[in-house]
Amino acid sequence: MQLALIVLLPFVGALLPPLLIRAGRNTCATATFLVTLTAFLLLLVQAPAVLAGKVLQFRLEWLPLLGLDVNFFLDGYGFLFAGLILFIGLLIITYARFYLSREDPMGRFMAYLLLFQGAMVGIVLSDNILLLLIFWELTSLSSFLLIGYWNHLPEGRQGARMALIVTGSGGLSMIAGMLLLGQIAGSYDLTVILSQGELIKASPLYLPALLLILGGCFTKSAQFPFHFWLPHAMAAPTPVSAYLHSATMVKAGIFLLGRLWPALAGTEEWFYLVATTGLVTMTIAAWIALFKNDLKALLAYSTVSHLGLVTMLFGFGTPFAAVAGVLHIINHATFKCALFMTAGIVDHSLHTRDIRRLGGLMMLMPVTGTIAVVAAFSMAGIPPFNGFLSKELMLEAAAHADWLGSHLVVGALATLAALFSAAYSFRYVFHVFIGRQRTDYPSPPHDPPFGMWAPPAILVLLVVLIGLFPNTMVGPLLAVSAGAVTGGRLPEYSLALWHGITPALLMSITAVLGGALLLWRYREGLRLRELFWRPEAKAIFEGLIELVVAGSRWGTTALQNGSLQRYLAITISAAIVIGYAGFLGSSLEAGTRAPLHAPWIAVSTWLVLITACAAVVVLHRRRLFALIVVGVLGLIVSVAFLYLSAPDLALTQISVEVVTVVLMLLALNFLPKESLPESPPGRRVRDGIIAGLAGLGIAFAMHAVLTRDFSTISDYHVANSKTGGGGTNVVNVILVDFRGFDTYGEIIVLGIAALTIFALLDTALQGACGRRLMEWQADQARSADRHPMMMVVGTRAMLPLALMVGVYIFLRGHNEPGGGFIAGLVVAIALLMQYMASGFAWAQERARVDYHAMIATGVLAAGLTGIAAWFFGWPFLKSTYTYLHVPFIGEVEVASAMGFDLGVFLCVVGSVMLALANLSRIGRIAEHLEVPEGPMDVDPSKLIDPAVVPAAN
Amino acid sequence: MELLVSSGVGVLVAAGVYLVLRARTFPVIVGLALLSYAVNLLIFGMGRLVIDRPPILSLHLDTYTDPLPQALVLTAIVISFGMTALIVVIILRSFLETGSDHVDGDETGRLTEPGEGGGR
Repeated sequence: MQLALIVLLPFVGALLPPLLIRAGRNTCATATFLVTLTAFLLLLVQAPAVLAGKVLQFRLEWLPLLGLDVNFFLDGYGFLFAGLILFIGLLIITYARFYLSREDPMGRFMAYLLLFQGAMVGIVLSDNILLLLIFWELTSLSSFLLIGYWNHLPEGRQGARMALIVTGSGGLSMIAGMLLLGQIAGSYDLTVILSQGELIKASPLYLPALLLILGGCFTKSAQFPFHFWLPHAMAAPTPVSAYLHSATMVKAGIFLLGRLWPALAGTEEWFYLVATTGLVTMTIAAWIALFKNDLKALLAYSTVSHLGLVTMLFGFGTPFAAVAGVLHIINHATFKCALFMTAGIVDHSLHTRDIRRLGGLMMLMPVTGTIAVVAAFSMAGIPPFNGFLSKELMLEAAAHADWLGSHLVVGALATLAALFSAAYSFRYVFHVFIGRQRTDYPSPPHDPPFGMWAPPAILVLLVVLIGLFPNTMVGPLLAVSAGAVTGGRLPEYSLALWHGITPALLMSITAVLGGALLLWRYREGLRLRELFWRPEAKAIFEGLIELVVAGSRWGTTALQNGSLQRYLAITISAAIVIGYAGFLGSSLEAGTRAPLHAPWIAVSTWLVLITACAAVVVLHRRRLFALIVVGVLGLIVSVAFLYLSAPDLALTQISVEVVTVVLMLLALNFLPKESLPESPPGRRVRDGIIAGLAGLGIAFAMHAVLTRDFSTISDYHVANSKTGGGGTNVVNVILVDFRGFDTYGEIIVLGIAALTIFALLDTALQGACGRRLMEWQADQARSADRHPMMMVVGTRAMLPLALMVGVYIFLRGHNEPGGGFIAGLVVAIALLMQYMASGFAWAQERARVDYHAMIATGVLAAGLTGIAAWFFGWPFLKSTYTYLHVPFIGEVEVASAMGFDLGVFLCVVGSVMLALANLSRIGRIAEHLEVPEGPMDVDPSKLIDPAVVPAAN
Repeated sequence: MELLVSSGVGVLVAAGVYLVLRARTFPVIVGLALLSYAVNLLIFGMGRLVIDRPPILSLHLDTYTDPLPQALVLTAIVISFGMTALIVVIILRSFLETGSDHVDGDETGRLTEPGEGGGR
């Protein structure tokens, strides 16, 4: 549990700084500090167990089917990294408190920092590699936020984008590699994978997995040729550079190299890929670093070089080199982080980081100077500092490495890199702090406040102590952490400043003396540098990005011109292609199912259908005609349902048909009655081909299905319809019982659609839309008798009958064709007839129900019926039934599902009426009609002459 | 019969797709209506074609046609009505807002330069 807590604390704690910044910068920084401190203490509590060689675990199943579980484990290696991250985190937070100015939003900074910290601790403690990948991506994202923290600076934004693109693409490669690795090992748990080394290395997928994983590691740890993003990430505030880009995040890549060492290392491929990359990176980056004039750029390239060093050591694949690598991780974190902090202090104090404008600062900034000198000498590999220890081990390992049969190459290049490294370290000392004092500093140099120099001072203290007493300081930690890397096989090694006269010592002396010489002849070095081709990585990168952007812009322009018509054609064509791809490899022949005889009436109905379709295609520009044809087609479909044993569908289809046609007539009232002939012939031919292919494909597919036998799950529904659902109409029982939840969702959708229609129409009277409505002129002749007597009287007489039919259909629905949907539509049609006969306004004034409330009541009734089942301990929507004896009528079956069906009924009536009534309301307003006094335009009683009538009597 | 139904559905689909691809909004609605007929028949057809065996339990029948596709199609019919109604109102509103019944909301057919975003 504590392991999970260590990871979770920074994430939860990230909420605090943005909230507490209102209480002041000190409170904010203190809160951040305390969060990190708590996590660090939680980790330290585990120290005795870890140092005793135990592996602590925390397991929680998350998505076990995907192999993604929240599994953490803590061994020596994880402990080392988690300790580094949290300990340096504490120093960085302190430093940042004084580094950030009042204008910088500190709450945001601290929150990002904690997010990053949590992600980083997550990486080093994850047991599940899928979980590890999540944290891996999180570090890329939080690093993006931190690099771009000063988002008013273009370099900040560009640097952040570059870092995200490079490490993010590496992350994608890493995901693929990890998935492969999990496939090979048969588990996504690191503890399992690490024990399967032999199996993994023998697998044919080993090389692809290795390449992909290295892609992720090398981008993250800025290895050649992906090293270019790191110097540009230096646009970040210095605490970020010190934390992410020297001590922690860039070490994630080499962390993983070390973590997967038992599973992947030791092969030829591993050696040549990893060691060579490391060697090349180390040498080239050290050379570049020497000539950088920006303090942070110098340190950035030196970081790349040192990361290359560790990569190379892990790449050798020998336990001895691995120990050296782990030791250098510790040492590099201490001296490099301190160096970045001193660079930040110089920048903060003098407002410049340009080495050419610095020099002679030792006397002016004695504290900073001392710290910087000690740290830089450690980086140069000068005894008695800790950098010397790991450099000796590195040179020792390099001297024994055999590269393509040559024992010299690696040793010589490593010495050369060490020489450059010594040279730039000396440059950091002599060109900045030693030398003549100047008079033209951009701002007077001074030592910073205690809070700002204390963190690097603590680190430098460690540099000295580790150098002097390596066995006491890091001996046990190194043993368990290096032991975890090598899988328990610890080689012979000794941590001491003096090993006697060894090849490594000679190489080391060569490097230091050579470095000093190179700095002394710095001008000649500069001239030498001019001889080499120096590609500008940023320009190349930006060029590549621009190429990609231009490509995608071209693709977008080619596909998207803003025309919905075209998008639809493309979408449908794509669907057709995918559909036809489904035919590949399958026969289109008819199946063996006995075909159904087609009587002449079916054939003639089919002919009507074909004719109607042809007519609507040819004459679709005459819109009223097209609408009539739609009605005809709907009728044919209903007849087909009726004939093919689906009476419920036939009833539904025919009643929906009525309301659909009324609705479209109401809309057509406002729309042009004819479409303009505007599609060019080419377009029409193209659409015709698309349409033909679509129809042909569907027809073949459907015919293939219809002529084959099948198995169904409906036998269960048929068998249980009466006994379980209490109804003989299986379709209705499925709707209200077996699949009641489905139906429940559907009536809600219907209700939402109706409410949306209401919202669209209710606001239609405003703005441009409202103006057009008010200016609208009817384009068709209006009947003089708009509300004819025959129709008024007829519909009025039919209303109770129609309502009765609705109730009847509703009540019998459970056992015979009918039910809530059909009854709702029938009742809606009965009401609509009143609107049609006497006009909207007249009917609306007499309508006593609110259709909004009706929809809501319907949904609630259905929902409550479902919930009622809970009180009997049944699942949602389970229904029951009983028989009641009603006087005069007799035995009546009452099923609880009727409550649900009632909800369906109300929702359907409400939705249909809400949609259509609002559409006709708009029509009335647009035509400026007054509310008629009576239901008819012509009142027959007034036509009779009063003078004549009595006489007739 | 199978041939009649499947070819009928095919013709409905073809006519529907052709109309959906027209430039004016009204034919698009008509096309959508035809496509809903076709799709409903297609789903219904997954229960195969059977006559005189409605899924109403009775003493005179011992086999019934598959009720499940029917239940699915029944709600689909009502939902497609809701969808048609919504689209009808949307195109009506867009016609009233823009004064054009072109599907692109514009007579030219080309709205905006790519990259400006479809703010219309």
